[in-house]
Amino acid sequence: MHLTLIGATSDLGQALVYAFAPELSQLTLTARQPERLNPLVADLRLRFGLDNIQVLALDVLQIDYAILEPLAASTDLLILTAGYLGDQRLAETDKTEAQRIMATNYNGPAALISYFARAMTKQQQGGIIGISSVAGERGRQSNYFYGSAKAGFTAFLDGLRHRLFASDIHVMTVLPGFMATRMTADLELPQRLTASPKQAAQRIYRAWKKRRNKIYVLPIWRLIMLVIRNIPEFIFKRTKL
Amino acid sequence: MARKEQVANWGNFPKLEAEVHRPGFVDEIRAIVKTSSHLLARGNGRCYGDAALNERLVSTLQLNKLLAFDAENGVLHCQAGVLLSDILDFIVPRGWFLPVTPGTRFITVGGAIAADVHGKNHHRDGCFSDHLLAFEIMDGQGQIHECRPDQHASLFWNTVGNMGLTGIILSARFQLKPIETAYIRQETIKASNLDAIMDHFEASLDWMYTVAWIDCYQKGTNAGRSLLIRGEHARLGELPSKWQKQPLQLKPRRQWSMPFYLPAFVLNPLSIRLFNFLFYHKQLRAVQKTVVPYDTFFYPLDAIHHWNRMYGKPGFTQYQFVLPKSTSREGLPVILDTIRRSGQGSFLTVLKLFGPDNPKAIHSFPIEGYTLALDFKMNPSLPVLIAALDKLITQYDGRIYRAKDACSRPELSRFSPLARDQKFRSLQAKRLDLLG
Repeated sequence: MHLTLIGATSDLGQALVYAFAPELSQLTLTARQPERLNPLVADLRLRFGLDNIQVLALDVLQIDYAILEPLAASTDLLILTAGYLGDQRLAETDKTEAQRIMATNYNGPAALISYFARAMTKQQQGGIIGISSVAGERGRQSNYFYGSAKAGFTAFLDGLRHRLFASDIHVMTVLPGFMATRMTADLELPQRLTASPKQAAQRIYRAWKKRRNKIYVLPIWRLIMLVIRNIPEFIFKRTKL
Repeated sequence: MARKEQVANWGNFPKLEAEVHRPGFVDEIRAIVKTSSHLLARGNGRCYGDAALNERLVSTLQLNKLLAFDAENGVLHCQAGVLLSDILDFIVPRGWFLPVTPGTRFITVGGAIAADVHGKNHHRDGCFSDHLLAFEIMDGQGQIHECRPDQHASLFWNTVGNMGLTGIILSARFQLKPIETAYIRQETIKASNLDAIMDHFEASLDWMYTVAWIDCYQKGTNAGRSLLIRGEHARLGELPSKWQKQPLQLKPRRQWSMPFYLPAFVLNPLSIRLFNFLFYHKQLRAVQKTVVPYDTFFYPLDAIHHWNRMYGKPGFTQYQFVLPKSTSREGLPVILDTIRRSGQGSFLTVLKLFGPDNPKAIHSFPIEGYTLALDFKMNPSLPVLIAALDKLITQYDGRIYRAKDACSRPELSRFSPLARDQKFRSLQAKRLDLLG
């Protein structure tokens, strides 16, 4: 199997590589700073004997489709973990930050996945895992730029899954909830609601094997989000969430 | 950025509020180093006392990648945050073993260098640094130096055993030792007192691994009653036939965990005496010979996650000292008697005969002689005992191991003037007054 991972320097991305590694015959990793991936490549070669690894420089904000053409045609599974939490407060006044959050979490990923989906449809085979977020399930004052972009991305994956069902190409959406990663290093996260990247990767791997459509990494998040989605707006807007 | 959290080492004492950074890449580490006025690298936090603690820490645990392996010569190159347990999982099935390993495999390679760890084979193979071919270290300016015993030698030998005060170790290359099987041929010998166990040690110098478990509650002619455990890597032909088909594979073992802190009263002089009594008497024969998996031999406590919680919330300290061979026979009985009379006897007391020291490793703890490691539960009268022991160690020209030290006299664990990068500091360095 040829796995292509977009956003390979993320903690979840790296953990996902290890979860899938025993089944891989070929691996493509992309990142904005590909030189960061050298140790990972060396480690995968040693531990899994995985020699067919290529590393590409790719920024989801400036996609060079020319280099993606042969890749899209040979990819069996595409995983996209690229994303950007950003600074909500800054984005409220700074257009650049606002656009960067929206583009990194929606425009870029949607465009990139569309490109791979086209190639997969042509080949009549393939699979896609998109990492979205529970933040997209309801807009909140504390991170609605990120949340709205992820809401869009979740809806995009819903629609794509719907369309590709006929071609037998499966699309899985992952809503991680809290995860202890470099992205959330500044945040105080409640331990019981927080998954480690390794734990998340294993759950994602198992869910993929069962061809699940949309998963929360920790089951408790299904309940939490059910509650959050159903709080009436006249109450919700008075909360500090 | 990183948030504040409470950090402690394996002894749960002392505790410190610290900002812990968890970088994944060398460029991220450099950015932290450049924007910090003071910091310290931290591995898996398995040292005991106040080493590896500082208000700003850089965790190396994300630097957990193997970089290269020379299968012909047994040389491994890996990042500094790789755990010895991960290395064993990789090298043992390929017929190699760690050149030196401490009593836990849950330490990082960076930690092994910082403490210059020793093992049950010190009398034969020395410390970890004796097998270290090279390492990369980032200094306070963010510059990376590749150090070898003979290249940047001063930084090499000032880093080894110096508990992180020269920079952040990024990667290391070291020599492994070949094995035929994943098993150890072990002999356990009963020794009725201290003189007997020391005689056994001195008669066992040919053995690769030697260590003794000593009951520190015995007195008079029984003082120092102990079990000597000695081992050799088992040859293929020495294995029972059921293990011979896959001699380098171990069956995964059940992991136990201590799910909560035991109340402080559980470990008391009576329960400790009972434990030590049973431990000594469960073996009836004077010498017992077996073949055991390497993890049982080297890492019996690793089978219980969070075993440190056994000592309760106040935590504990390990007191490990070494006396020169010339004063050991005189000093050890006095020290054991002081401990016994204090009533604070240790649950796990380990005795070992070190071989000659490496004169280049100026910060490394081992010197030729007997080393004793004890656990003491934290309690109000402990400082009195530690002070009394420190006095004896001074009197007998001994040393204290910095990787375990939390409250001993500074001069006991400061063997030479320290070179230090101005940016790197620790709680321990402050206590030992190493900060110029």
